[in-house]
Amino acid sequence: MLEIKNLHATVDGKEILKGINLTINPGEVHAIMGPNGSGKSTLSYVLSGRDGYEVTEGSVTFQGKDLLAMEAEERAAEGVFLAFQYPVEIPGVSNTTFLKTALNAVRKHKGLPELDAMQFLKLIRAKAKALNMNDDMIKRAVNVGFSGGEKKRNDILQMAMLEPSFAILDETDSGLDIDALKLVADGVNSLRSAERSMLVITHYQRLLSYIVPDHVHVLAYGKIVRSGGKELALELEAKGYAEFGSPEAA
Amino acid sequence: MAAIATLKDLYETLSPGLPGAGAAGLDRLRADGYARFLSDGVPTPKVEGWKYTNLRDLAGVSLAPAQTTAANTDIELPSVAPGKTHRLVFVDGVFNAALSAVGTLPRGVTLDSLRDLIESSPATAAEVLERFPAPKADTGLRVGPNPGRGQSGGLVGLNGAFLAEGAVLTVGEGVTLAQPVEIVFVAAAADGTWHPRLLIDVAAGAEVTVAEHHVARGGGATFANIVSGVRVAEGATLRHAKFQEEAETALHLASVTATVAASATYETFILTTGGRLARTDVQVRLEGSGASTRVSGAYGVDGSRHADFTSLIDHVSPNCTSREVVKGVIDGRGKAVFQGKIIVRPDAQKTDGHQLNRALLLSDTAEIDAKPELEIYADDVKCSHGATAGELDEEALFYLRARGIPADTARALLIAAFLDEVAGEIGDAALRAYATARIQDRIGRLTGITVDAVDAAVEE
Repeated sequence: MLEIKNLHATVDGKEILKGINLTINPGEVHAIMGPNGSGKSTLSYVLSGRDGYEVTEGSVTFQGKDLLAMEAEERAAEGVFLAFQYPVEIPGVSNTTFLKTALNAVRKHKGLPELDAMQFLKLIRAKAKALNMNDDMIKRAVNVGFSGGEKKRNDILQMAMLEPSFAILDETDSGLDIDALKLVADGVNSLRSAERSMLVITHYQRLLSYIVPDHVHVLAYGKIVRSGGKELALELEAKGYAEFGSPEAA
Repeated sequence: MAAIATLKDLYETLSPGLPGAGAAGLDRLRADGYARFLSDGVPTPKVEGWKYTNLRDLAGVSLAPAQTTAANTDIELPSVAPGKTHRLVFVDGVFNAALSAVGTLPRGVTLDSLRDLIESSPATAAEVLERFPAPKADTGLRVGPNPGRGQSGGLVGLNGAFLAEGAVLTVGEGVTLAQPVEIVFVAAAADGTWHPRLLIDVAAGAEVTVAEHHVARGGGATFANIVSGVRVAEGATLRHAKFQEEAETALHLASVTATVAASATYETFILTTGGRLARTDVQVRLEGSGASTRVSGAYGVDGSRHADFTSLIDHVSPNCTSREVVKGVIDGRGKAVFQGKIIVRPDAQKTDGHQLNRALLLSDTAEIDAKPELEIYADDVKCSHGATAGELDEEALFYLRARGIPADTARALLIAAFLDEVAGEIGDAALRAYATARIQDRIGRLTGITVDAVDAAVEE
C-alpha cells in the first residue's frame, strides 16, 4: 500500500525528517507516537502534499506510484486522505457544495460517473446520520461555528464520503473530550477494512484505546526510533518519551 | 480643455432639438446643467474625492448623447424574474418602446420614459425633475482647505445639459408593487454616449423593488453618465439593485442621491463587473427619525480595469441605522477604490452605523485604495468601520485540495465564498439569487471554473 524509504524533508531550510522508513500493508493500522517537535505533523503534510515542505532525499510509493510527484489534489484523488489536526473553517462555502465538488473530482479521476445533487444528498445524509450529524451541520459553511468535536466529525464524514484507501489521522484526539473522542473513534473504526490502511498520529496513548493499532512506532527528532505492537503505546504512556533523547542528541 | 470648447458647439447644436426645448422649465434645467459643467468641468485627481480615479480616458470620448436607438429587437435582455417585471429598455441610451414591457401597473403607480413624459407635458416633467435633490458637492460639515472634496458636479451638470432620456417611477401612498421594476440599459453600438436620468419616488408606506441593468449586447467603448434621484417617503421601502455588466472597454460613471424619510428603508446593492472604468457614487441622507439604509456592493476587476465605489451616508436625524458592506476581487493589474464616509450630524443621537470593506487581491500587481471615514458630531452613537485587503487563505486552499479539489476550482470556490457575504446582504430573495448567479458567472469568466452549488437543493 504505502512504502516510505529514507525520507528526508526540510521546512524553511531546517531538516525535520531525517530518514524515515515505514511500510504499511493493506488493511493495517499503524500508529506514530512521539514527543512534540518530533516531526509527526511534518510527516502528515509531506505525505498529503502541502506546499512549503521540501523532500530532500528518499521516496514514497503509494500503490506502486510515486506519491511525491503528485499534487495534493491528485494524491487525494488517488486515495490518500488527511484528517487535519485543526480542520479549517471556510466561511461562505457550504459543506454540501464543498463535498460534492470534492467527491465528483475524485470520482472523475477514478473514471466513475459524477453524482447529481439528489444522489449526492441521499449519500451524505446516510453517512452523516451514522456520525450523529444533522442536516443543519451538513448545510452550514465548512466548519464555521463547529465545536472541536464537530470539526473532527466533519473530517471523518469527509473520509466516509471519499472512501480513501489510505487515511492519515493527524492528532485526531486533540481538543476532544471523552464523548467526542468515542464518537470520532467509532466513525473511524467503522471505516476500517481489509483494503483500507491508516496512519494514526498521536501524542497520547488515549486515542489508541479506541482505535487499536496493529503496529506502533515512535518518532523522535525526525527518525523512527522504535517499533512494536499495540503494547508499546501502553509502555510509552507509563515511561514517557525521555529515553528517546533530546533534539541535540538526534 | 478641448472637450469643453467642442461641447459648447454640441450643446448649442443639440439643445434646440431635444424634447421639450422651448419650454421654460426644461430650458432652464438644461442651461443650469451646462453652466455647472462649465464651472466644475470633468473632475480631476486634484479634487479629493477623485484622487484615486482618473478620468483622463474621457478626453478621447464624445460627450454628446446618442440620438437613435437600434431597430433590432432581437436582443437578449437580462432579468431578475423573466416575464414577471415591469420593464423599460434603453438601447444605446435611447428609450426603446418595442423592447419595453411595462405591463399593468397597480393604481397609483406610474412608470414612464422621461422622453415620453417630457413630450406629453414638459411642464410636469420639469416639476418632477425638480422634486429630486441634486448630489451635494460638499459632503461634510468640516470646512477644510479643500471644500470641493467629493464633487461630481461637472458630471451631473453634463447629464443635465442633455436631459432627455431616462426613467421615472412613482409609487403612490401605501401601494406595494408585487412585481419588480426593471430598467435595462443595453449597449449595442461600438461606441456612444448617454446621460440618462433615473428618478424613483416612493410615497409613504409604499414598497417596491427596482433592478437596474447595464449590459453590453455587442456594445463596446461606450460612455454612460447616469444620474439617479431617489426619494423614499415615511415608512416606505425601496430595494434597489444595480447590475453593471458592460463591456470591458466601457466607461461608466453614476451618481445616486437618495433621501430617506422617517421609518423608511432604502436598500441598495451594486454589482460592478464591467467597464474599463466604472464608478458609482452613492449618497444617502437619512432625514427622518428611524430611517434606515443598507448599502452593499460587490465588484470584480482584472486586466488593467478600474472600479470605484464611493459612498456618503449622512445621518441627519436620530434613531437611524446604516449598514454598508462592500467586497471586491482584484486580479492582474486591476485597481479598485473604496471611499466610504459616514456623517453623524449633531441631532442624530442613537445612530447605529456600520461600514465594512474588504478586498481580495489575487495578484501582486492588484491594487486597492481604501478610505473609510467617520465624521461624528453626536455623542450617543454606535459607529464602526473596518477595512481589510488580503490574499486567498492558503490554509483553506490546501484543505480543499487535500480533498481532491483541483487548485483552480478551489480558488474559484474561495473567491465565490468571499463574495457570498455581500449577496447575503440583499434582503429580497429573488434579487439575492440573481446577484449570486451573476457573481458566479463573473467568477466563471475570471477563473474558467463553474462551481455547481447544491445549497438550494438541500432546502427541499
